[in-house]
Amino acid sequence: MKDWQYRLAEHRGTLTALSIFVVMFIIYTANHPAGFTANVVQTAANKGVLLALVAMAQTMVVITAGIDLSVGMIFLLTNCLASWLVVGSPLETAVGVVIVLAVGALCGAINGAIVIYGRLQPIVATIATGAVYFGIALLLRPFPGGSVNEVLADALTGRIFSVVPASLVVLAAVIALIWVPFSRSVYGRAAYAAGSSETAAYMSGMPIRRGKLLAYALSGLVAGIGGLFLTFFTYTGDAALASGNAYTLFSIAAVVLGGVSLFGGKGSAIGAVFGALAFRTIGDLLFVFDFDPLWQPLFQGLILLAAVSLGALALFRVRNRLESFQ
Amino acid sequence: MTQTTGRKTRFIRSLDPAVLTAFGCILLLLVLGSFYSRSFLSPEYLLQQLKVASFLGVIATGMMLVILLGQIDLSVPWTVATGAMMACAAAAYGPLGTTLAIPFGILCGIAIGLVNGVGVAYLRIPSMIVTLATNAVAQGVMVVYTGGFSPQDSATTAMRYLATGALIPGIPNVVFIWALIGAAMVFILRRTGFGRAVYGIGNRERAAYLSGINTRRIVMIAFAASGGLSAFGGVLLAGYASKAAQSMGDAYLLPAIAAVVLGGTSILGGRGTYLGTVAGVILITLLQSILSVTQMPEAGRQITYGGVIIFMLLLYGRAPPSR
Repeated sequence: MKDWQYRLAEHRGTLTALSIFVVMFIIYTANHPAGFTANVVQTAANKGVLLALVAMAQTMVVITAGIDLSVGMIFLLTNCLASWLVVGSPLETAVGVVIVLAVGALCGAINGAIVIYGRLQPIVATIATGAVYFGIALLLRPFPGGSVNEVLADALTGRIFSVVPASLVVLAAVIALIWVPFSRSVYGRAAYAAGSSETAAYMSGMPIRRGKLLAYALSGLVAGIGGLFLTFFTYTGDAALASGNAYTLFSIAAVVLGGVSLFGGKGSAIGAVFGALAFRTIGDLLFVFDFDPLWQPLFQGLILLAAVSLGALALFRVRNRLESFQ
Repeated sequence: MTQTTGRKTRFIRSLDPAVLTAFGCILLLLVLGSFYSRSFLSPEYLLQQLKVASFLGVIATGMMLVILLGQIDLSVPWTVATGAMMACAAAAYGPLGTTLAIPFGILCGIAIGLVNGVGVAYLRIPSMIVTLATNAVAQGVMVVYTGGFSPQDSATTAMRYLATGALIPGIPNVVFIWALIGAAMVFILRRTGFGRAVYGIGNRERAAYLSGINTRRIVMIAFAASGGLSAFGGVLLAGYASKAAQSMGDAYLLPAIAAVVLGGTSILGGRGTYLGTVAGVILITLLQSILSVTQMPEAGRQITYGGVIIFMLLLYGRAPPSR
């Protein structure tokens, strides 16, 4: 296999997600009454970035062959916390942001510690920690409310030079400052290796425990950034169970659309980001085509079902039926 | 004499430590509850708890079958709601509809389960994703059908009788139904080829396939059964509340998984007993009941609920060390 072929195969999932997103977005803007304007892009970006951040958080856990069903609840918890802390003078705001992000990372690290050192299965462990995080969020905000530093909020959800949506810049910064260094570090490679085959990774002396713990903690951190952004968009904190559950489920869908293998060891957060943006655009398509909003859940469900069925195409490459069993 | 001691040790050895711990936790919860209020140990209260547990028990039975395969069924919430809504909807179509309401509701659940099963067994899509997608589709269909509101149709008398009546005075019918389903499940798991195949696939699907088991058909049937049981749980719940509601199934997905896992069934498949699931269901129901009786705010209840599940899993649900 030539070098470029190998690299293409490695990034096939990401590129597929990117092309789905581009096609969807072109259809969306072409049919939008306002067309391809900065306003339309800004609105779409602000909606997409929330899911993109949560999907990125989910990816970090999924590459270690785990799953984080509490990611939506960390998102809610940090949202509620930010609605208390990210207010006041610039210094107070900065301290608030740091605390919120630290709490997000701590939640992720707790998940990681339970999974790695407690040896529980991620799926059940995070269901339980999700209940705890939701309880704390409810404790912080029994009723929707609170406020946020509006200057900062408007700056981060507005446009830079009145063209580029600031939220997209933040998303790019998160990718550049968290995902890229992590995935290229020894610990990042260890997280990938542990997801691919934990025994083999252990035998080759990789720091799998620290790598996985770092992956979980960074996942919490990114989910915390998502929660912070939710506060910037809504100006309030709201512990809504349905919203947390929806973000968890949509993050899994986005991860799958983004070409990340749920069996671990394969895929990239960048793919998941495009998967999330594509998923959001699909939801918005209904509005530009004037569908009855009642049909939206069904339409989204069918798209999801069709998208995951595409994964079955891999069966055509199976030469021996035994290969199809994991 | 030696034969009886041999039988005795075999019996002791067959007891799973996880199941024993789960039953121990049930006793502990009852004792803790009885400090709070005397009525915790009264037969009426215990019977009431058993009745509430039966709905979860029926749903958890299907979940257990799927978890034994090493898969998971996340489509429970809207399968429950679909079963309930479709049964109530059928009741609106004259006497024939009333008679067929319950089978129709269950059939809709089986249909959802079949889609899951085909996706997992034949298309080899990870069960977590395909069940998530069918859940979304079922929700979409129900939202379109009901127009976004809770449906107006109400449950039939047969459904109400099954859920709230008592054939033998004092013992609710749902408890009987759960016992029947449980007995059937135990028979299937222990005495039939299907049950052995389920355990075999859960342990290693390749080995099961190579030993001549039609693994794909078994997986598909298991998912269909899980869908049918979820829908039946929904039918019973609709009979209990005398109508179906939009998000009636949401409160059953995580407790069902938690009950199965707390009962000592491995989430990776291949290991677990139905007795454990019974213990898990009662444990979860008692925990929820005690948390609501103490009038703790919802936030505290969620935190305790999650914390207790983590604590119990750390007691006996840990995977063996990898080195």
